[in-house]
Amino acid sequence: MYKLTGVTKRYTRGKDTVEALRGIDLTIEDGDQLVIQGPTGGGKSTLLQMIGGLDRPSAGSVELDGVDLASISEAKLTRLRAEKIGIIFQSFNLIPTLTAQENVETALVPLGVKPAERRERAAEALRSVGLGERLTHAPSELSGGQQQRVAIARALVKKPKVLLADEPTGNLDEGTRDDIMGLLEGLWHEYGLTFIMVTHDSSIARRAPRLATIKAGQITLTEQGGRRPLSQQYVQQ
Amino acid sequence: MFGIYLKRELSRRKKAALVIAMGLALGIALVITVNSVSAGMQQAQDKVLKSLYGLGTDMTVTKAQAAPSSNSSGRPKFDFNAKSSSSTKQSSDRVMTQGGQSLASSLVTKVSAQKGVASAVGALSLNVTKVDGSFTQGTAKSSTSGGSSQQGGPGGGQGGGSTGAPQVQGGGASFDVNSYSVAGVDVTNQDLGPLATSKITSGKTFTATQTDAKVAVVSKSYAKENKYTVGKTFKISGTKYTVIGIATPDSSESTTDVYLPLKQAQTLGDAKNKVTTIYVKATDSKQITTVKTTIQKNISGTTVTTSADLASTVSGSLSTASNLATSVGKWLSIAVLVAAFLVAALLTSSAVSRRVREFGTLKALGWPSRKVTRQVVGESIVNGLIGGALGIAIGLGAAYAVTAISPKLTAELGNTGGGGGGGMGGGPGGGGPGQQAVKNTMEIALSAPVSVTTIALAAGLAIAGGLIAGAMGGWRASRMRPADALRSVS
Repeated sequence: MYKLTGVTKRYTRGKDTVEALRGIDLTIEDGDQLVIQGPTGGGKSTLLQMIGGLDRPSAGSVELDGVDLASISEAKLTRLRAEKIGIIFQSFNLIPTLTAQENVETALVPLGVKPAERRERAAEALRSVGLGERLTHAPSELSGGQQQRVAIARALVKKPKVLLADEPTGNLDEGTRDDIMGLLEGLWHEYGLTFIMVTHDSSIARRAPRLATIKAGQITLTEQGGRRPLSQQYVQQ
Repeated sequence: MFGIYLKRELSRRKKAALVIAMGLALGIALVITVNSVSAGMQQAQDKVLKSLYGLGTDMTVTKAQAAPSSNSSGRPKFDFNAKSSSSTKQSSDRVMTQGGQSLASSLVTKVSAQKGVASAVGALSLNVTKVDGSFTQGTAKSSTSGGSSQQGGPGGGQGGGSTGAPQVQGGGASFDVNSYSVAGVDVTNQDLGPLATSKITSGKTFTATQTDAKVAVVSKSYAKENKYTVGKTFKISGTKYTVIGIATPDSSESTTDVYLPLKQAQTLGDAKNKVTTIYVKATDSKQITTVKTTIQKNISGTTVTTSADLASTVSGSLSTASNLATSVGKWLSIAVLVAAFLVAALLTSSAVSRRVREFGTLKALGWPSRKVTRQVVGESIVNGLIGGALGIAIGLGAAYAVTAISPKLTAELGNTGGGGGGGMGGGPGGGGPGQQAVKNTMEIALSAPVSVTTIALAAGLAIAGGLIAGAMGGWRASRMRPADALRSVS
């Protein structure tokens, strides 16, 4: 369970200080799905960074299962990210020189998984996202949708507790977006993940059971009818 | 994953890797070339010094040439008989000691007894000037017609005179002057001394019993010039010597033409129990300076010359090139190496900056900073090793080219023998009595030997270059935050 209390993030540039987040209080239950929406520069990605342990707040606390991510050591935070948090990026962020399978393996490297097991688990993860035939392909040989599937496989191969997605469909066309959202929806159900996603897409946001809108660093929560699955159109056929 | 990632990164960024590697290669190649050329210069200098000293000689003891006394001109003097017969063939040898004042033979024992001296032998250097030829008598004729003719005295020429006095017509003199050097060798210890730098290529050398035998070893060039072969005889000042061996010097320049047993040389030079040079070998090559001081302190009036002293007398293009290699070459290679390291470090750092999202992503996935740093350093070290291999190849090529071309360098060795004394004037081939500055010019072919140490140094530099570049890149990578992966969207 996530518990954010009075999370504030300030950025200083020269003499100017910008408050990206202003005293955010938020609780996210295990297995919950939260969609974060808001205008550009409103603080969506900053909040996701705090939740993912990618950055530390200037004030307040971010607790994951009782552990304050704001105060633990860098080494522990790194370890926690490696074990519990899977992240999907808008631009896929695949290593261009590695194959699809090797890209997925990178998530298992910090966990000390042996090479043979690593390869097997990566192949399995890619098969689960429909890329069983693309293991040895470089990212440049894959379409945008396929690259995002590789990124999803990389996020899920370590069986994380939390899945964070930063505009996962931002770089995809409408048809591919539906495929990816369907895939994510299915995986959320299958693995019982806590799924937190930042999006600009209102059609996706409207269907989320819980919507957080961030504007000028402040959050407004909207309950949209409990844990309602997203539209059937997103579910993988 | 480390190896696969490294291999893929390097093969994908071939151009960048090659630029870094080539930068390092250039610096390393220059270090190898300068080092090998310097080693070649050193070898050339050693060769020059050995030709004067003798293999295994650490220093020589000589006595400075005294200023000519008022009643002694020091010039060669020849005596010819004025005989009445015409066309009389005459020959005269002038034998002079060479290279400073002579020392008493007993000093050799005294020098041997000094602390730090392993062995010492004496040698006598002589210079023989041979003048041979003949006079033709002129004819004295009376200036009056029908006057009787008289023979003129030797020397001929025209006798002047008043009217009616006889005039000398015709006559003259034709003389050939030949000068060569002779070294008196201690036949009981030939490992040290003038013969030590030569190999007997025909016949044999002196035996220990031939201390006063009328035998000689002649240098190859002198034998060729005079058509001497083993078994032939020749005369010096009327004494007949049998050639028993032909000596070929280790270096291209030989300063001695004829080697005789020391006693024979002393007799010829009228220098009984005298030597001109004492060759000394120290027990420890690191203690040469101490031994030199000891000898100078305990045996006054002598000049002790070490190889270091001798090296300072080397001039000419060898000296200039050597100075260039050790000063300009050294600093140039250091400057290029530092520049190459900096370029490699900056390029690596720049490459890391371009990979912010990549490294940020890895950190977001839970890669600890040390793993990311290791990846960057690993790539840099491989770049360094590629640069090192290229640099070694280029450096070896350059060194090979220098050796193949073998540029000729001249070394001028000399000192002011007359009056000044000291230096290496005491060595065979040094200055004659009362002579002005004496110089020996040697031509040495430069080679560029590459030692294992140089290769090891190059490999070490390659790794160091990779480490420095990697450390800079790794430092940048370690400072990246995982949040950068989200921020840097290209």
